[in-house]
Amino acid sequence: MSKRALPPRNWQVHPPALAPAYKTSRLRAPAQPLIAMDPTISELSGPTFGPAQITVSDSDLLQNHKTTGLPIGERIIVHGRVLDEQARPVPHTLVEIWQANASGRYRHANDSYFAPLDPNFGGCGRALTDQDGAFRFHTIKPGAYPWPNGPNSWRPAHIHFSVFGTAFAQRLITQMYFEGDPLLKLCPIYQAVPDQRAKELLVAPLDMERSEPFDSIAYRFDIVLRGARSTPFENRPEGN
Amino acid sequence: MILPDTPKQETASQTAGPYVHIGLMPVMAGLSIYPQELGRALAGPDTQGERVEVQGFIFDGAGEAIKDAIIEVWQADAEGGLAGTDGFTGWGRVATDFDTGVFSFETIKPGCVPAQGGKVMAPHLTLWIFARGINIGLNTRMYFPQDSQAHDIDPVLSGYVPQDRRDTLIARREGDSYHFDIHLQGARETVFFDV
Repeated sequence: MSKRALPPRNWQVHPPALAPAYKTSRLRAPAQPLIAMDPTISELSGPTFGPAQITVSDSDLLQNHKTTGLPIGERIIVHGRVLDEQARPVPHTLVEIWQANASGRYRHANDSYFAPLDPNFGGCGRALTDQDGAFRFHTIKPGAYPWPNGPNSWRPAHIHFSVFGTAFAQRLITQMYFEGDPLLKLCPIYQAVPDQRAKELLVAPLDMERSEPFDSIAYRFDIVLRGARSTPFENRPEGN
Repeated sequence: MILPDTPKQETASQTAGPYVHIGLMPVMAGLSIYPQELGRALAGPDTQGERVEVQGFIFDGAGEAIKDAIIEVWQADAEGGLAGTDGFTGWGRVATDFDTGVFSFETIKPGCVPAQGGKVMAPHLTLWIFARGINIGLNTRMYFPQDSQAHDIDPVLSGYVPQDRRDTLIARREGDSYHFDIHLQGARETVFFDV
């Protein structure tokens, strides 16, 4: 099996390890620079997942933690595509999401925010992309929530995303935000992204075309993983 | 036909946050949603190879063990092959304990993996670490202490890592298990790679 080389990561689009306004990063950021290395087969290969492990119902957060009925909140569809930097779709890759409920409360042993849990909402979902790299989740729009960073810090509404790709070096965890949220400009986690365009790309626009009338509003979030950039002198193997 | 390229910009990383377990290790968060949680077992009962147990802590810059991190492991099988034979996925996920901060997992010792130019890499685990306060996942490797001759010719360990920091990537043998501590910041800081 031949493995595509990966170009160096574009560090301009990623938040630096140390973003002092995000206080927890101060003691968790390496002080030494990363050591650059050419990726080996250990980084150019990665795990694969299939329909035997991931079922279609895993992507429906309106149903996958149902106890007495439907969850309370704004019903939304979150859809998009996983692509590489050459805009090639990344098919059959695993996308995992997690989020708070409509009132900003996480179903997690360590979340003590007094906004209530929703008995019908768990907050986790996962899906495999199809042959075009597309995925779709049904969920409710998460609420903002306070966190102990500054004296009055609130996270914007967001959904966490984890994506694999085909190489372990493509592994990405990020957060999707919602168009028009006024908390974005105050959030030190979001604002740690240095590049204006990269920041905008984390904000999912409203997508009325994919909304389901009298059911759910849609938001679109495309995810771009590292991927080989072709050069004019490179032989183009199949699929490149 | 070659179509014009329309390059995309890579999506920016964001921290996994303190509640990462909800999505990636839901049982630990207190959720039983999926019939099968991913990455729980690296090696099944039929997997060939020498069984090894690995444990350790992840320390922050103040020397405190952090209790909300996840480590993903990617490794070759006992023959040095990557990706999936006889119930061995090569991939696993493990969290640090909420109370103690210790992480541990069982796997098999990987074989030597071929590298470019006819070189051979010493047995190693590829690790990716993420947590609250980590803005982009950290890549590192764990090597085994008994392979010191292979370390001297390993293209990563001997090719990129300064001599005085190599020890940070080599586990310690303790009884029947291997101990591997990760130091995010400070005097004993672990080597992290830009791969």
